[in-house]
Amino acid sequence: MLDAARGIVRRDLLLALRRRTDIATALLFFVVVASLFPLGIGAEPNLLRAIAPGVIWVAALLSTLLSLARLFAADHADGTLEQLALGAAPLGVVVAAKSFAHWLLSGLPLVLIAPLIALQYDLPQPLYGVLALSLLLGTPVLSMVGAIGAALTLGIRGGGVLLALLVLPLYVPVLIMGAGSVEMAAAGLDPGGQLLILGALLVFSAAFAPWAIAAALRISLE
Amino acid sequence: MLEAAQLECERGGRSLFKSLSFTLEPGEALRVAGANGRGKTSLLRILCGLLPPAQGEVRWKGTPIRALKEEFSRELVYLGHAPAVKEDLTAAENLAIACRLAGNPQPDDAVAEALAQLGLAGVNQQVRKMSQGQRRRAALARLALSASVPLWLLDEPFSALDAGGINALRGLICKHLECGGAVAFTTHQDPGMGAAKLVDLDA
Repeated sequence: MLDAARGIVRRDLLLALRRRTDIATALLFFVVVASLFPLGIGAEPNLLRAIAPGVIWVAALLSTLLSLARLFAADHADGTLEQLALGAAPLGVVVAAKSFAHWLLSGLPLVLIAPLIALQYDLPQPLYGVLALSLLLGTPVLSMVGAIGAALTLGIRGGGVLLALLVLPLYVPVLIMGAGSVEMAAAGLDPGGQLLILGALLVFSAAFAPWAIAAALRISLE
Repeated sequence: MLEAAQLECERGGRSLFKSLSFTLEPGEALRVAGANGRGKTSLLRILCGLLPPAQGEVRWKGTPIRALKEEFSRELVYLGHAPAVKEDLTAAENLAIACRLAGNPQPDDAVAEALAQLGLAGVNQQVRKMSQGQRRRAALARLALSASVPLWLLDEPFSALDAGGINALRGLICKHLECGGAVAFTTHQDPGMGAAKLVDLDA
């Protein structure tokens, strides 16, 4: 079972390596969106510092969304998804591995590059750690919850827009807690509460999302 | 071994077939015939459990496959219409990962030998650069490594193959049947294999 999960992660990473533009697009999108706000609002340092956590988190949400549409589409089109559903490992384990690979390719780069964007917004340095930690806890939730939406909208015409409408509202708690933790820390308060809730969301979605994704995929495959 | 009881299939509100019952025993080949749109693919998908039948059930060694889930999946190889090979990987990489996911991991030399059996020896390019027939062969190479899996369900395995490919595939199927495996496949044309049980969806 774990062997199959490892196999899936390795395969998805290998596929991404052969098609590097896909990862670069999502990451570049994140950087561009986050960089547009200072241009539009003006370079008032206090204002930028105040909006930084929210802007970075919203950009992370949108960037994740961009890569979600491809999560199952290719496997669906070439018949690999049927083979995954008929594999030796339960489909829940397989999709958990796929979500993990998706996070490695789309969430983790955001965590790593976020401090650079924070620098652009002149966020005080002690907040970088909180920002990165909140993204580290939050982006896997985005991947897993997003994967449920991607599985439900698989093979539907105009699925991309539907996916956004379906998934973005579900991202709201993560957004509030993620951006909130950085704002708390900026105000000199303890961000522990928000981070713990993010952690709880992560544990909750890790436990239940894979089975929801598997059920949605089975419906899409019928 | 495999038993279909009173199967009914509905697609898009239209009934494709009704009260379809048959059994498949070790060493038997079952050919599913019928015109386009008669539900050949649907029948195979029902047999492997991807599609729940509108009525009836499929049993494996007496137990409904819905109750068996992965235990049943491990006992079968299903090759569908889509070749299930990744365009960005080579044939060998595709085959290795497919076997691994099926719970049947294979060493590199076994993978190379299976590809050679299907006439893909030394083809190290990515699948995107291969022809349709070569892709088909890359997908079918999995059968050469699946002798220990009792049930093969093949959807149009002979399509896009040249004479050499058809011979290689026929050889694999015959060997599997001799070893006590069971094969169900769909095809338009008569594959020239004797002793095949026939389910004709036109009838």
